[in-house]
Amino acid sequence: MELTQLLKVIQFILGGTFVTIGVTLVALPLGFILGLVLAVIRVFGGKISSSIVSIYSAGMRGVPVIVLLFVLYFIIAGAINISPFWAGSISLGIVSSAYQMEILRGAVLSVGSGQMMAARAIGMTKIQAIQNIILPQALRLAIPPWSNEASIVLKDSSLVYALGVPEILRRSQFMSASTYRPFIAFAIAAAIYFVLVFLMNQLLCMLERRLSIPGLQQ
Amino acid sequence: MKKTILEIENLSKTYGSSVVLKDISLKVNEGDTIVIIGPSGTGKSTLLRCVNLLTKIDGGKIFLDSEEITAPGVSEDNVRQHIGMVFQDFLLFNHLTAIDNVMIGQVKVLGKSPADAREKALQELERVGLKDKANHYPGQLSGGQKQRVAIARALAMDPRIMLFDEPTSALDPELIGEVLEVMKRLANDGMTMLVVTHEMGFAREVADRIIFMEHGLIQEEGSPNEMFYHPKHERTREFLWKITELYGKHEDQGSEKL
Repeated sequence: MELTQLLKVIQFILGGTFVTIGVTLVALPLGFILGLVLAVIRVFGGKISSSIVSIYSAGMRGVPVIVLLFVLYFIIAGAINISPFWAGSISLGIVSSAYQMEILRGAVLSVGSGQMMAARAIGMTKIQAIQNIILPQALRLAIPPWSNEASIVLKDSSLVYALGVPEILRRSQFMSASTYRPFIAFAIAAAIYFVLVFLMNQLLCMLERRLSIPGLQQ
Repeated sequence: MKKTILEIENLSKTYGSSVVLKDISLKVNEGDTIVIIGPSGTGKSTLLRCVNLLTKIDGGKIFLDSEEITAPGVSEDNVRQHIGMVFQDFLLFNHLTAIDNVMIGQVKVLGKSPADAREKALQELERVGLKDKANHYPGQLSGGQKQRVAIARALAMDPRIMLFDEPTSALDPELIGEVLEVMKRLANDGMTMLVVTHEMGFAREVADRIIFMEHGLIQEEGSPNEMFYHPKHERTREFLWKITELYGKHEDQGSEKL
């Protein structure tokens, strides 16, 4: 393959980066907010709500992501008229929320019941204790496992290729077909994903350092 | 006539099949320092946690300033604003500096302005001798310092009574003194205190009354002089002097008749 042609291929596949980042920026925060609410219910809620959340989590984590993506896509796209991008991103977010719920739940439990007891002892309500004492500590504890989940969501964004969304993988498929050079096309895709995941982890590492509590060795 | 701050009537608490507290009744008057002693596992900590409603009681009543706090419909969060508690493992909020630890209850629970809360917080930190550590995090403090901040945190809420649950049991021997010193000063300043401890020296010097608990019941209570030198039960004498041997000082043991 000539250099100019190679550069055109790279440029085309690279164009999908914005879509990939877009999918991630929808799915990850959606998964976080939903996961946080579910984690609080799971840890601090009553028996019934806690069980419901537990079942939701088991369901979402027990089925391959791509299968769930199709199931949710057809539910969402069937109900309202939205693009594959939004349907795919939201579906990914819903799946991620189950994994993020488990991460945040683990982090909340790591904070320890003593902190809740001390907060209640000075007259805080349960909600005040969760908001001011438990979550600030839990979120910091959650950063390492959460970085892992963030990388997974970024990589799983490639699954929306199956819904026709023109992100990195979809574009490299197209290039592979039109240039008859699958290795080059997919190697380029792999390289781009690698750089994206690397950069994301660097950012999260910086965040962890900025937020770390002085004096605590973790 | 001294006011009764805390009254406990026939308190009982059962965990599963074991009755931890059988039938506890006691009164704490304003300015009193009551020390509870007894073998481990006899429900002393449970008793304190029942007083500030962290643990639900199974039977009996508790009155704070003559109002029943165990009555149905009472806001427990509200009650806890008026009862200060100091825990064995300090339980400072790790993500907050010392001064933030002392401020947060005032701001979030009492609704004070941050400026007022800060002023009070500095006062209380000064009272426990840690004003210069205000901006340190718990992870940067020694055990004794952490416990003193914990005391300041409880005091900042202006409680009617302070509960101490084995406040020095988790501390290195060298650090126990600084915490006991703060507690002594508090007692002399007239704070109403209910203290569970093994520190017999503290009990002898500072307590107005000592209560000996075992098997979920109050076996004996009295002034330090009565309890140490003229106890009614052999078991009381045995326990008090055994613990003194292990933990406390023997300054005048030789000259007293045992």
